Order: sequence, then structure tokens, then C-alpha cells
Amino acid sequence: MIDLLNKRVRLLASSAAVALLLAGAPQAFAATPADTLVLGFAFDDIISLDPAEAFELSTAEVTANTYNLLVRLDQADTSKVKGELADSWTVSDDGLTYTFKLKSGLKFASGNPITADDVAFSFERAIKLDKSPAFLLTQFGLSGDNVTEKAKAADESTFVLTVDKPYAPTFVLNVLTSTVASVVDKKLVTENAKPVTPNDDYKYDTDFGNEFLKTGYAGSGPFKTREWRANEVVVLERNDNYFGEKPTLARVIYRHMKESAGQRLALENGDIDVARNLEPGDIEAISGKEGMATTSAPKGTIYYYSLNQKNETLAKPEVIEAFKYLIDYDAIGETLIKGIGTIRQTFLPAGQLGALDDKPYTLNVEKAKELLAKAGVPEGFTVTMDVRNTQPVTGIAENVQQTLAQAGIKLEIIPGDGKQTLTKYRARTHDIYIGQWGSDYFDPNSNAETFTFNSDNSDEGTNKTLAWRNAWDPAELSKKTQAALLEQDSDKRAAIYQDLQKEVLANGPYVIVFQQTEVAGHSDKLKNYKLGPSFDTNFVSSVSKE
Amino acid sequence: MAILGFLLTVVTTFLGLLAVTFFIGRVIPIDPALAIVGDRAPAHVVERVRMELGLHLPLWQQFWIYLKQALSGDFGTSVLTTNPVLADIKRVFPATIELATVGTIIGAVFGVPLGVLAAVKRGSLIDQIVRVIGLIGYSVPIFWLGLLSLLLFYAKLRWVAYPGRVDIIYEYSFTPVTGFFILDAVMQRQWDVVWDLFRHIILPGSLLGYFSLAYISRMTRSFMLNELSQEYVVAARAKGLSEARIIWFHALRNAAVPLVTVIALSYAGLLEGSVLTETIFAWPGLGLYITNSLQNADMNAVLGGTVVIGSVFIGINLLSDLLYRTLDPRTRSR
Repeated sequence: MIDLLNKRVRLLASSAAVALLLAGAPQAFAATPADTLVLGFAFDDIISLDPAEAFELSTAEVTANTYNLLVRLDQADTSKVKGELADSWTVSDDGLTYTFKLKSGLKFASGNPITADDVAFSFERAIKLDKSPAFLLTQFGLSGDNVTEKAKAADESTFVLTVDKPYAPTFVLNVLTSTVASVVDKKLVTENAKPVTPNDDYKYDTDFGNEFLKTGYAGSGPFKTREWRANEVVVLERNDNYFGEKPTLARVIYRHMKESAGQRLALENGDIDVARNLEPGDIEAISGKEGMATTSAPKGTIYYYSLNQKNETLAKPEVIEAFKYLIDYDAIGETLIKGIGTIRQTFLPAGQLGALDDKPYTLNVEKAKELLAKAGVPEGFTVTMDVRNTQPVTGIAENVQQTLAQAGIKLEIIPGDGKQTLTKYRARTHDIYIGQWGSDYFDPNSNAETFTFNSDNSDEGTNKTLAWRNAWDPAELSKKTQAALLEQDSDKRAAIYQDLQKEVLANGPYVIVFQQTEVAGHSDKLKNYKLGPSFDTNFVSSVSKE
Repeated sequence: MAILGFLLTVVTTFLGLLAVTFFIGRVIPIDPALAIVGDRAPAHVVERVRMELGLHLPLWQQFWIYLKQALSGDFGTSVLTTNPVLADIKRVFPATIELATVGTIIGAVFGVPLGVLAAVKRGSLIDQIVRVIGLIGYSVPIFWLGLLSLLLFYAKLRWVAYPGRVDIIYEYSFTPVTGFFILDAVMQRQWDVVWDLFRHIILPGSLLGYFSLAYISRMTRSFMLNELSQEYVVAARAKGLSEARIIWFHALRNAAVPLVTVIALSYAGLLEGSVLTETIFAWPGLGLYITNSLQNADMNAVLGGTVVIGSVFIGINLLSDLLYRTLDPRTRSR
């Protein structure tokens, strides 16, 4: 009901907004404060600001602007990393020990110095708290029992990380660029930690400041978090103790705004400087306007739909292939995702190590009919697709429904709320699921591990990768995925991922549609406002206003 | 005895309310643990959260635990905001009360005279106009009117401020005490803030006011028609009283009794948090809070919010009952 109304609201708002545009009203510009950047942003996914707990896209952006990492993704070449807190690092010959030398003169926002001890503490609390993103670090063999040994300060400015297998160094360093590895102020956090009574699930007598950091702040980034009110506002303030180049803006305010039309109105009226969640129609309208500008960057999120292999018809190789011919990539690219994505058929987003740009499929109904005949279903069949009530997936589902019908396949769309369709997907009771996958960290393993890895295809399997969710058991590919992780040579590693992408392109039960492009509309008075290749690289510290 | 009966009704209503919302919350096909940890969490984390939430216990046991906590005033913690639900409600409810109060005042101030006018000039042009105004108010969806008025008054004319409760500039120079911003600002003598708050509340307030106006004016008209056909009106006219005095003093006074219930009920309706208005105008009130929570399967918050709404309904009913007694001398002796 609500979703239905929202949809209508959006439709009405956009048509009304267009009418307004045609009227050509001279716009008087209100102004946001000169020292404050105001962004309209839908951030209802934020549930905690603690870097050891947060694993949501919006939080990644806040954390990236307020905390520092040992190493950060190199914006110029995203297949590499560069030092942030770390001045230099070395990897031992056996590939197990990583030694980081910290820069000198580093300080937290509180004024406390940043030492290797703070880095070790940040790793320790992330592992021991064992929240959603902890697996990023535990996959290196770290656990509550050994973390103080495996991730420790050798001296004030030397941090040593020992991993359990000779992983590809690119993999380890890429993972360390994710927000869970953010360095927190040990002194400040310890002062605010709450005692806990240990039990079977949680063996420690402190919460490592988790409750404090959910809404609090103990970092060193160019900005510090002043306040977060769920679904209302996130306020960042300049960190005057920042060790790097200080931002020119005193304050950054994220206002929660859910609707594209509302963001556009506010942007046009000067009530916000940046609109972050614009839909194609609104982007187009804004991009021609005086005083407005847009900026965009490809993001690591892939939109796809997948065929549950528990469904006998959908499990036939010819049917899988037919589905890949029964989607009008061109039409979708030119209308539904115009400005917010680019057509992509491989599972690695452009910009990651080994990403392949192949696009062999186009809409071909004749070819698909042949394949269906070969599969023994020349007359087609009926299947269902679970679709969230949001764009662009609803539009894509409706488009696919039409092209499938041309080959006799009747697609029934089951609309649902996001959490509802996801619950069903994770229980493997769907036929077709349409959704997206965003890389957890900027490394090809993140997507490979979910698209091509399935350790236990039984219903009891606990590693719910996308392969598992679709009951696809590519034993060979699972092995290759694991081998790529230990490949020391960067080029050879890239070659394995290219191989995996080709396999999935040919035989995988996924129809990959497009890679997301993030677009922001903003006032042309802003200088240096740019989006990064991932949410944790959407920096605001170099932005200034005219 | 009457009080005992009343209490019994309140208690059973509450228990029913708690039970229904609790069980609906548990049968919807959404995994609450998933809502807390997200899709990417490893299996053991999901499992641990399920245990923490007590989702492995039988349903009746979960309900018993919930009931015990709810009765001691603990509605748990909201997943979405990480605050205790009660603290969240204390924060969002004043926003809704403020908006509903402005809406009801506008609705009553304009609705009652319009209704009286329509009744007195029955069948005239004025009656027809009031009827049309009422019909539009009844039948036009509020989100449509809300968006159009936003486009006109905010985007084009710039008479009112951007959706939200207060401008960002004041967000950090003005510290609310009670949560009723207008009241706070007046008490602190921050007149520029009062003006800004007014610019924010006037449009959503007027919209809600319009919708309750539609209802109130229709009801006033029919109550007044009823009163005007009574014999005491004839008697008053025969006595030579002025028409104005008969209408506004005698007839309206008598129509006021059922009218109070109508106004109170429409106020209670607005207090529920008008979800659509709050969404369009980014008003951080109860309706928006419950909707957001519901969409995130944040059942603690939904249950807490529902109980508050239930209490408001019961409270308002009680209040209008009391007012009834004061306005209608006949009920006092009962």
C-alpha cells in the first residue's frame, strides 16, 4: 500500500515537476550557509556508525570522511592502493607477514597521537566484537583467540599483521582499504567502553566501546561526526586536529531525503547543494539547467537476475542461455538506466583487477526459440520473478516480461518489499530473483566468492553465496576461485578472474544486466565535488564553495 | 462500577492491541535478524542475533517476554535508530502533536463557521460552495494536493520553507527543551526561529487543516440543521431574539456537544501521524517513524508506536467523554 502510494507520489511529482519546468519560472536561489555543504541523500540504511559494526553503503561514506585507514584505494588507478596512515609496508618472502610503518606526527581528532597500538586495538575490537564486517578480517585467519598475536604493534610506529596463508598481496591490501579496518582512538574508546558480563556467545568483559561508537566518534579523518539521527540528518564538522590538508568547509550536512523529485526541487531552490539520489528523468532535467551541474562515477554494484537451479526447467543449460538472449540490453541501456548505469554482462565491475568488458549477448528471439526447442520446451513455460518495489528493477522486470513473452515464456512478477524478497531469496524458494550485488571491498575476490563459489549446495549450507542461493554448484569454478586468492603474481591472478568471468558468461545462471553509475546533481557553485569508484571513496574534504 | 468497566475495556483493548501487532509482526515473511545485520553478514552472526532476539523460542514464550517488558514500560531498542523505542517516541511524537494541533485549530476555526453558514443558508450558493469544498477535501488524495501545493507555494512562489521542521541554519543554534519547537522558541524568545518554524508548519498544517475542515464543516452543517428545526428556535424567534443570537448562541451551543466529539476524533486521527503528509513534508513525526520501522522490519519500534497510538485513542475518547459532561448539563447527574 505504502509502496504503491510512493510510486504514485513519484510519478505525480515528476509529472508535476515537468509542468513546472515548462512554465519556465525564474528561479530565485535561496542559499545554504557558505561554510556548509548540504547534501540530500537517502541514508535509511545506516544502523551504526561504529566502523567495526557498520557494513552499509551510506555509512561507508560517512566513515571514509571521518576515519583513516592504513592504506586507501588509489583513486588514479583503482587496481592499486596507496598509504594513508602507513608510510610504507613490506611483505615477507613467505607471504605471511605484512609490516606497516606509520607516518610520523599523526593525531586523532581528540588530540591523542596515533600509534601502532591504536591500529592493533582497532583490529582486536573488530574481530572480538564479531559484527557483520568482521569476516573481512577473520578470512585472514584472525580470531578472538589469536588477534592480539597476529595483529600487533612491534613498536610505537610499526604494525605487524600475520596472515594464515600466502594470500595474493593485492587481495590483503585491497581488503585493508575497507572501512572495518578504520583506526579508532584507543584511549578515547577505552574510556567510554562499558563492562559486559561474559557469556557463551561473547567471552569478553567489555563492549570495546561499541555502544559509544554506534552514535559517537573516535577517529582522525578530515571531518568528525557531530551527530547522526536515523532517517533525519548526519552532521560532520571540520576536524581541526587533522594531520593532512584541512577542509575549507566547516560543516557537511547530509539530510535524509528519500524521493528523487523532492531532492531535485530542493536542489533547484538552493536548499541543498547536492542531490544524491536522482532518477534518470530528474538527472536529464537538471543537466540542462543553468546553475546546475552533474558528476558521475561507475560504482562496484552489479544488477542481475538469476535463475534458481532447483527449478528443473530453469536448470537446463539451453534455457539458461536462452534467457541471456531474451533481454533488450539496448532499450534498457537507453531508457531505464540512462545516466545511472552502463550495460555490463560480466560479474566484475569495471575498474577492478581482471575485470572483463565482454558483451556477447544481444536481444535475439529467434536464437532463444531455437534453444528452448532444443531444451524440450518449444512452447515456453510459466515462471515467477520476485521483484522489489523500487526502480530501476521494477522497470527492468517489466521490460524483460515483454521480451520473454516473445519466446512464449510467461513471466509472473511478484512484487514485494526489499527485506521480504531477500528473505525468500535466502531461503531458495524463488524461481527468478532480480537484485544487485555490491562489492564488499574493492577486490575481484569479493564478487568471485559470491558468484562462483559454493562450498555446500545442500539446504543446510551456511555460506549463502549467490551461487548457493540459486542452488548452482560449479565445483570447478569454486576451486579456481580459491586458487586465485593464493596467486602471488598479480597478472596471473587477473587471468584467473577473466577465465571465471567467461565461464559465468557462458554457463552461469545469472543474467547480468548493468553496472551502476552513481550520479549526483549539484550547484555549479561547488568546486571539486566528485564521486569516487566506491561509497568509501566519496570524499567531501576538498569541496569548496564560490 | 462505571470506572471499573471502563478500566476493563482499556486493559482488554491494550492486550488485544499488543497481541495482534505482535503476531502480525511475527508472521510477516521478513526475517528480523536479517533486518538487523544486513544481507552480507556471515551465518554465525545471523544465528547469534536470532538467539539474542529470542527468535528460537516458541511464539507464545516470545509473546510472554514481550508482554512482561512492555508492561514495565520497556519496548526494547529500535533496530533502525539504536535508541530505546520509548526515547524515539518521545522525540518524534511532539512533532506529530504540533502538526496535528495546528491542523485541528485551522480545521475547527474555519470548519465550524462554514458549516454554520451552510446550514443557515441551506440550498443557497454558499451552501453549494461549502459542499464542494468539503467534497474536494474528502475525495482528493492528500499526497496529490500536498505535492501540488509544495510545487506552487514552495517551488514557484517561495512563500513557504522547504519540507522539514526547521531550517538547517537553526538546527544547531536552537536547542529544543520540550520537543514542541514552536513553544520552545517562543519561551526562548527566538523570534526568527518562530518565524522559520511557522514557514515550515504552515503548509502541512493547512493541508491537514483542510482535510479536517471538510469533515468538521459537513458535520457542523448537519448538527446545525437538526438544531435549527427544534422548537426552541421557533420559541426564540417568537420572543424576538436577533437571528445572529439564535444561531451563534442558542443553536450552536447545543450543536457544540456532538461537535466536540467530532473535533476530538479528527484530532485523534491526526495524532496517529498522517503518514503521507509526514512523508511528503519530511516531517519527523510518529507516522513517518512507524512507516520507516515497518519497512525495515523493526518490530520493537512498530509495536511501541502502535501502543502509543492506542493509548492516544483511548485517552482522547476519555477526554471527549469528559468534555461532553461539562457541555451537556443533562449528563452531569448521571
